[in-house]
Amino acid sequence: MSSGWTTKALAVLAKDIRTELRTRYSLNALFMFAFTTLVVVSFSLGQLSLNVQVLSALYWIIIFFASMSALSGVFVKEEDGKTAQTLRLFARPSVIYAGKLIYNMLLLTILCALLTPLYVVFMNVTVPDWPLLLVVILLGIIGLSGATTIIGAIVAKANVRGALFAVLSFPILLPLLVAAIGGTNAALAGAGWDGAENQVRLLVAYAVIMITASAVLFDFVWNG
Amino acid sequence: MVRKYLQIGLFVLLAGVIYFSFTTPAPQQMIGEASRIFYYHIPMAWLTVVAYAVNLIYAVRFLKTRSELDDFRSLWSAELGTMFCVLATISGSLFAKVTWGVYWTWSEPRMLSIFILLLIYGAYLSLRAAIPTPERKGIISAAYSIFAFPTVPFFIFIMPRMMLSLHPADSVVDKNLHFTMGGTVLPIFLVSLFSFTVLYFWLFGLGIRLHKVQLARSEEA
Amino acid sequence: MALSLTVEKLSKSFGARKVIRDLSFMVSVPGSLGITGRNGSGKTTLMKILCRLVPPTKGKVAIRDGDAEVASAECFNYLKMISPEMALYEMLTGYENLKFFSTLAGVHLYRAEQDKLLDRVGLVERGDDLVAAYSSGMKQRLKYAVALLAKPAILLLDEPTSNLDDAGKAIVREIIARQKSEGMLIIATNEAEDLKQVEYVIRLDN
Repeated sequence: MSSGWTTKALAVLAKDIRTELRTRYSLNALFMFAFTTLVVVSFSLGQLSLNVQVLSALYWIIIFFASMSALSGVFVKEEDGKTAQTLRLFARPSVIYAGKLIYNMLLLTILCALLTPLYVVFMNVTVPDWPLLLVVILLGIIGLSGATTIIGAIVAKANVRGALFAVLSFPILLPLLVAAIGGTNAALAGAGWDGAENQVRLLVAYAVIMITASAVLFDFVWNG
Repeated sequence: MVRKYLQIGLFVLLAGVIYFSFTTPAPQQMIGEASRIFYYHIPMAWLTVVAYAVNLIYAVRFLKTRSELDDFRSLWSAELGTMFCVLATISGSLFAKVTWGVYWTWSEPRMLSIFILLLIYGAYLSLRAAIPTPERKGIISAAYSIFAFPTVPFFIFIMPRMMLSLHPADSVVDKNLHFTMGGTVLPIFLVSLFSFTVLYFWLFGLGIRLHKVQLARSEEA
Repeated sequence: MALSLTVEKLSKSFGARKVIRDLSFMVSVPGSLGITGRNGSGKTTLMKILCRLVPPTKGKVAIRDGDAEVASAECFNYLKMISPEMALYEMLTGYENLKFFSTLAGVHLYRAEQDKLLDRVGLVERGDDLVAAYSSGMKQRLKYAVALLAKPAILLLDEPTSNLDDAGKAIVREIIARQKSEGMLIIATNEAEDLKQVEYVIRLDN
């Protein structure tokens, strides 16, 4: 019984999940960062309430920086642990990329699942349109993972890792952030699906373009 | 010999551009003297994009040929592009101060797009600096260059539609694609655009010739 | 299986430093080759080039199945390498490492077969322990188990007996003997004992 492509990609995913559950490096980094930032902001604001635009922007700022602290780990730990070369002799690049991409999406989904309710509570947010908000967040997660996974692979081959990851990701993530913040804004302001139409379209286009480009370029980065 | 004459020709053209850009009437009456910066700022911005395009083309070629020369062409164009980008950003910022009273604003999409290009160039150069092995350097940075590219059309074409623009609209080409500059402005502008583009290609070729000489020298040693 | 590995006029330089000069050879199945030379003479680099992990500066490496050349991207299906630079997953157990790599290799191993592999390298009792808890000799032996699970046609061993005690070395001898007769074996080492096991030896110091 031989395994197909999907089985192999899922095996990579399962391996990363199993390792993560045992060490919790990425989950800790992600959640600690996001939670601490949230508490500090909420505490400093006291009774002051923020308008919808600021709330939307702040949410994605937290997600962005949390991602910068953790999402390159998925490739960095392979290089540091010297398992990258072993992997190269056992699997083709597409399998590895797919597994790691889904892993990053999973990490971010867990982060947002925990962060969003806390955010709503701590920042006193009223959400008139939960479905739209959830769709925007989900699309944002997909786009964010799509863009940062390959940059993580790029950074794993370089020296300075942490700072470089943010420097490389930022210009590429800006369109995503603009669209996600705009979409969140529409959801929180009750502008409905019409108000968020441009942003949602942009988010979908971004995710598609980034994941396609990554799939094509990953071969070169991984084997380069 | 022909090269010598072309260089002298370029010098004359650029000298002419500089002279006439200051002595003829200002391009846009509404903005006044500050609009003279058109002659320089727009070519700089144009060349930033051209340089990125050249960087991109050689990045793709390098991934196929793995020739060190293609990688160098990619890098050299990025370095030139960074220089033009910095000049475009500074000239744009000065123009903003004179006309709108602020050195910087995020609500101006053109300012944002030149800033993004500056970030991409900066990221590209930082990435190259951070990778020790020469072979990897070329491949990884070429991949990044290609990957960063989709962001650029987004900021140049999509963002302006999503935001209200302070940028002088219709300063070059209006809705009917007719040139809106009249009189002495158009010729000086076109010559400026042309001369600076030639300057870029000349600098580009120069750098490559220098690199080839250095390579040949190190191979003899 | 008319499988062969051919190297034609291979050179590798790191900047100005030429590590491998104009190397040519061919190995077939069954067959074995030893690569030796001073430290820093390029043994590990050559091994990596043969595995397609590193590109050559000039020249060519080709794996041929009969007359047809195997595409570069598919070469990993034909060979496996053991090297000090390649590690296994420390946060997984021995069994989990076997299961993971066998899935990637497209091979399904029943528990009994996993046990057989671990037994062959003398690690059956420690299969449920995390690799992080293994000694360096045990890690080396697990690498053999992982490399062998895919029954590779070409096996490359870089410093095959490093970190191994006498029991470990005996295990490796058995593996080498099997691979020599059933497939292709390439060893990079300075140990005279190991070099005795191969048909031909290439010296890399010019």
